[in-house]
Amino acid sequence: MPAKRKPKIAVWKFASCDGCQLSLLNCENELLTLSRQVQFAYFPEGFRHVSKGPYDISLVEGSITTAHDEKRVQRVRRVSKTVVAIGACAAAGGIQALRNFKDVQEFMRLVYATPEYIDALGKSTPISDHIRVEYELRGCPINKYQLIELICAVLNGRNPVIPSYSLCMECKRKGTVCVTVARAIPCLGPVTQAGCGALCPSYQRGCYACFGPKETPNTRALSHWWRDRLAVSPVAIMRAYRGVNPYAEPFRKESEAHEV
Amino acid sequence: MKSSKTIKVDYLSRVEGEGGLLIKFKNGEAVDAKFKIFEPPRFFEAMLRGRSYTEAPDITARICGICPVAYMMSSSQAMETALGVKVDGQLGSLRRLIYFGEWIQSHALHIYMLHAPDFLGYQDAIQLAGDYPEIVQRGLEMKKAGNEIVALVGGREVHPVNLKVGGFYKVPAKQDLDSLIERIKKIRDAAYETVRWTSTLPFPDFEQDYEFVALSHPREYAILEGNLVSNKGLNIPVSQFEDHFQEEHVAHSTSLQAAIKQRGAYAVGPLARFNLNFEKLSPVARQAAREVGLQPGCRNPFKSIIARSIETLHACEESINIINDYEVPEKPAMDLEPRAATCYGSTEAPRGICWHRYDLAENGTISAAGIVTPTSQNQKVIEKDLLELVRKNGHLADDKLTWMCEQAVRNYDPCISCSCHFLKLKIERE
Repeated sequence: MPAKRKPKIAVWKFASCDGCQLSLLNCENELLTLSRQVQFAYFPEGFRHVSKGPYDISLVEGSITTAHDEKRVQRVRRVSKTVVAIGACAAAGGIQALRNFKDVQEFMRLVYATPEYIDALGKSTPISDHIRVEYELRGCPINKYQLIELICAVLNGRNPVIPSYSLCMECKRKGTVCVTVARAIPCLGPVTQAGCGALCPSYQRGCYACFGPKETPNTRALSHWWRDRLAVSPVAIMRAYRGVNPYAEPFRKESEAHEV
Repeated sequence: MKSSKTIKVDYLSRVEGEGGLLIKFKNGEAVDAKFKIFEPPRFFEAMLRGRSYTEAPDITARICGICPVAYMMSSSQAMETALGVKVDGQLGSLRRLIYFGEWIQSHALHIYMLHAPDFLGYQDAIQLAGDYPEIVQRGLEMKKAGNEIVALVGGREVHPVNLKVGGFYKVPAKQDLDSLIERIKKIRDAAYETVRWTSTLPFPDFEQDYEFVALSHPREYAILEGNLVSNKGLNIPVSQFEDHFQEEHVAHSTSLQAAIKQRGAYAVGPLARFNLNFEKLSPVARQAAREVGLQPGCRNPFKSIIARSIETLHACEESINIINDYEVPEKPAMDLEPRAATCYGSTEAPRGICWHRYDLAENGTISAAGIVTPTSQNQKVIEKDLLELVRKNGHLADDKLTWMCEQAVRNYDPCISCSCHFLKLKIERE
């Protein structure tokens, strides 16, 4: 019987910090097992050898911020069966989408002495603005167990089990006392998608929305609560929504409502 | 033989981020070596403007997924200087603990998964594991333990949530930290083995005259505080960095290149620290260095893999000491009152000095920010190494020479995402 071909995985990087693909290398217990099931065919961060596509799964980290990357991401689509956008940058434009609210020319002048050397688009945009994406994994960084679940699901032709409800559900299950109710700490948990294990509230800090907006978030009601019950200023509300997912639609709109 | 050519690596692997190499030969002589960085710029200094000083640690963490703690520490420290607060005692020890955790995970990742395969002629760690499963397993165990320290103190290994200006949101209980002790002791032994193992790797015969720069502190192997010192007489407080160093913007890099004024290239990172601060290493780490014959004053950058191993051993030893002496601090963070100031912070990221400057308005809003990353400081030295290396080894076949050049870049564990991030190697012989 001929040996079954190992599915090929490719990992692509666009504008990002590397933290999400590092999550794959951080699967210390699972990495060697996983490498027996799949071939890391293109994963420059960890592997020198490159195998040609097409690839069964392409994990795409980072957002699109340059004309060069706009073209490169099209190639990713052409050589990939399943495209998975991993992390807040790939799924929503990431923290670098803060430039979307400003003039990028001004940003360049602030950082680089010779801005004409730099190729930068006016906006940082998610992968799905450019190509069809089969799945998105949220998070800044992603949860590595969600990544493994997703890879297993795709390889087995089933849908991944990734929750889209709010962080509050995770807090309740964990038995973490609500930091807003008990300690008057502003928390974005009610409008944020679960996935991190409700980390911040368990460290007595308000959630800052690494996993982006949950399905149908009521951001307006939360802002009113912050303003009326917790005396949070408009500028602080605006900054809160302009965190690591500032250009996710519900967060963008809510932050703009509090611009001063 | 053709007298001119170009050797080129379009996308350098086993480094963090996107970059490449371009080496040009003319009349058989290597004339130019460029370490190219294509990482798309993300404009962090501009994004920080208008944000509160309290937001700097979480924002700057996103510069790098491999060493977020370094950015969180340097930014916090800068803010605390501005606000006239010093985080020391048990809170300071906890900071050192999470930072050592980051060193352990980052160093283990680089030693075993990114660098060692070069010395032994393997494409990657998975291939290496095919022949030496127990060695790669040992590296993964060390990396995992480092990550566990970061996660226990910080909440998670990448972009920890529990660090803030002034200290922590919540401090761990004594028994939480105690639960790590046995594991750290185990990986301390693994780290000792790593020192022995890395010292047996085949090292190219290559030495250059370097200016090494690192933080240095009278009582400890500097990680969180100290003066900036070099082997060529530099000794300045971190606030004077800009008087002695400058950053240049070159066309082939989206990362700025740093240089010492009047003197040019300098090296930061494990080998610089080892050479400058050897006496402050833990006794066992010093003993391990002596055992394998690595002396301070080492000028072979390929041996940075041994220095990295020795630092990992030191980090394990120190972590054990911190946990043994730990008592729960009275409060998790210092009280802070914003005020207008220009402030500086500098700490030792796994790859070297991570320097920050901020201007704060009276209400604590950031009006300007400047960040110098380890990789932007090492870029010039990397290019000098490449040029010298190809001059000495120009007779090698292109594929061998190319691989050797890649390995030489990895000596510095460049984090291109930090410095900006895209690595390509190109050797041109026309």
